[in-house]
Amino acid sequence: MTKQFLLDGQPVPFEDGQTILEAARIAGHYIPSLCWHKDFAPHGSCKLCIVKAAGRHVSACATPAKEGWEVESNSPEMNGERRGLLQMLFVEGNHFCPSCEKSGNCELQALGYEYEMLTSRFRHFYPDRPVDASHPDVLLDFNRCIFCELCVRASRDVDGKSVFALTGRGIDKHLVVNAESGRLADTDFAKDDLAANICPVGVILHKREGFAVPIGERTYDNATIRSKKLKESSS
Amino acid sequence: MSALPSVPLVTLDDILQRHSHDPTRLLQILIDAQQIEGWLPAPSLTRIAAALHIPRARVEGVAGFYSFLYTRPVGRYRVLFSDNITDRMLGNAELLDALCRKLWIEPGKLSEDGLVSVTTTSCTGLCDQGPAMLVNGRAIGQLNHRRINEIAELIRQQRPLDLWPAEYFRIDDNIRRRDALLDLDMPPGAALTAAIARGRDGWLAEMQASNLRGRGGAGFATAVKWASARNAPGAQKVIVCNADEGEPGTFKDRVLLNSFADLVFEGMALAAWAVSATEGFLYLRGEYHYLRPQLEAVLASRRQAGLLGTSILGQPGFDFDIQIHLGAGAYVCGEETALLESLEGKRGTPRIRPPFPVIKGYLGRPTVVNNVETLAKTCLVALEGGEAFAATGTAQSAGTKLLSISGDCAAPGIYEYPFGVPIARILEDCGASDTQAVQVGGASGMCLASYEFQRRIAYEDVPTAGAFMIFDGTRDLFDVARAFVHFFAHESCGFCTPCRVGTALLKGFMDKLADGHGAKADLNDIDWLDRLLKNASHCGLGSAAPNPVIDTLQKFRPAYERRLVSLDFEPAFDLDAALAEARQLTARDDPGAHLKTHEEEEK
Repeated sequence: MTKQFLLDGQPVPFEDGQTILEAARIAGHYIPSLCWHKDFAPHGSCKLCIVKAAGRHVSACATPAKEGWEVESNSPEMNGERRGLLQMLFVEGNHFCPSCEKSGNCELQALGYEYEMLTSRFRHFYPDRPVDASHPDVLLDFNRCIFCELCVRASRDVDGKSVFALTGRGIDKHLVVNAESGRLADTDFAKDDLAANICPVGVILHKREGFAVPIGERTYDNATIRSKKLKESSS
Repeated sequence: MSALPSVPLVTLDDILQRHSHDPTRLLQILIDAQQIEGWLPAPSLTRIAAALHIPRARVEGVAGFYSFLYTRPVGRYRVLFSDNITDRMLGNAELLDALCRKLWIEPGKLSEDGLVSVTTTSCTGLCDQGPAMLVNGRAIGQLNHRRINEIAELIRQQRPLDLWPAEYFRIDDNIRRRDALLDLDMPPGAALTAAIARGRDGWLAEMQASNLRGRGGAGFATAVKWASARNAPGAQKVIVCNADEGEPGTFKDRVLLNSFADLVFEGMALAAWAVSATEGFLYLRGEYHYLRPQLEAVLASRRQAGLLGTSILGQPGFDFDIQIHLGAGAYVCGEETALLESLEGKRGTPRIRPPFPVIKGYLGRPTVVNNVETLAKTCLVALEGGEAFAATGTAQSAGTKLLSISGDCAAPGIYEYPFGVPIARILEDCGASDTQAVQVGGASGMCLASYEFQRRIAYEDVPTAGAFMIFDGTRDLFDVARAFVHFFAHESCGFCTPCRVGTALLKGFMDKLADGHGAKADLNDIDWLDRLLKNASHCGLGSAAPNPVIDTLQKFRPAYERRLVSLDFEPAFDLDAALAEARQLTARDDPGAHLKTHEEEEK
């Protein structure tokens, strides 16, 4: 007999070792995420997947499911916390969606819509984060970085290049590239690297491809991030 | 370390050689490499990365994480004022200003000649003899204007630190009350001999009977931790002594390491005996760097006495040695999984748990991480037996506790009490009067108001890692909470969204109130942030960060409310003032021409 836990009152089957998030998505229940990726080990930094399991707040992406657990996810309280976390991500960087070429394909923006984020609520930090346009094929706009470390992990674990790393601490944490000059052009980064194609927001952008898809046909124009991600999990 | 490395005594190659080109030694290499020029220029990071065969970005990532590593030039004299609330209460800000004025520099900026930089740092663990500072890593306490004048002069004269008056660097233990541990006069090896005589199983059983719980604050049963590591699969188990004593207001480990280091190292060997561990690390916070030479000397004499090394005390198969690993200014490394990351030469970011360190710790090996005081106390268990140890204290809190007492009292210092001692008794003993509040357990602990002074120090009532900061009636508890909020924002590792952004936002709200722009809505946002930090943070730093605000908002709310422009609603529009023109036009200024806006005026 398969084991199961209850997600918002719905039974969700799981196999040993599966996390709450994995099991939920396979069963057709959406728990949001930004730093989680099915091909990588759980990271647990964005905290959007936060759920209440057996009364405790945990990251659904990093917590193995347990038989008989009652997990609360799609509730006003948890969604309120998620909206707050999204607002935090928006105010700590410089996100100008209307002029961003990732607009319509951006997971942060899509989650903002999904969780009905109407204002940024908190004061903006307006950090000073210069862009790096040195590379012939790729532009880095650090203003939009949310520190999911997917590029760090993809470059290190799949591309075998370790082009990216985080330095600094706390609110001053920031992305750096693997070159003494600090310029992407001086690394062995290539536009076909997984790391060049994994950013959920608009930091790593391919040059000469901006705004290629017209408004109305972009990833999240006609379908919510919820339905897109569930479709990915079921395929 | 000397003040002015005019001619570098060692080269980068020497340093890399000394650390066997081992990437897990990266943090130690960076600390040593910084001695060459006082900071870490970009080409040095490139060379280190190449020599260790690791990506340069990783080296830059680590160098940028720790407060005491500098990737930009700093002064040849690097002055860091300790900025705990107790230092602030003793006037550290005024002294910092005075020093900067005398040296013609701005705080936080390097002087044009590169001679000196002056700024603040988190609590340096000298709260009993503050205000305190670190000059090129060496601690100086008991600062006053006279001493600041002298220091300014010594810096201007470019006098090497070794030639500064020795009394500057004298750090007192200030032990005020001794009990079982501090009264113990044990010849090195006595506890180990007793434990070995019991056998590994017998010794662990003794530990179980003692009910000793972790003195670092969390209070986990030490014997359970040891047994888990012992039963975990994997060879080469590891014992780590967590001497990253960064909790503001705590300094007991400083005293234990200064005067009772043999007990601490013996405790590590006792743990190794129980767990069958082979390797030990003392993770020493960067602020206590100055203790390192004497600690190395204690280790050397223990090796000579056969208390470390192979076949300890002639026991075949009991092989265990200890090395000292330095931190570099990162409070979060007191969290055990962040500490392990740091020990592996990485950024001190807490890991996802499980797996717990006892199963997969340092380099994936089963690892016990214990607090300094916990390990020292195991000597008592070995000497007197578990039951005797458990006889003092309370039902759930066996033995004694060292308290680091500072703030508004006559005799700050170290006090050892059996668990269960009431706050009021402690206050009386240290000569505190007119006490308004006590912060127990440091910034992440509890703020107790006077109506709670009958509560007791114990895991089941007021748990503590040892900090005990006293605030009398003249202190403003809002300032206290704000200082702690600043501390957490500075020390957040930045890994998870709630802590990285939440601590920075909380700091912004507290500053807004301090600047006189607060409104009631801000208090609601503060409440909301407090809850999110508590619920959603990845580790204990984030979930403890709102504690000082939660406690003071609940117990000292007027301290916040008096900073609000309005408690309820403050209209920007003044109706009576708006009638001024009409009064002027009609040439009236009698009471009937005014609108009464305040109740008391109606009489």
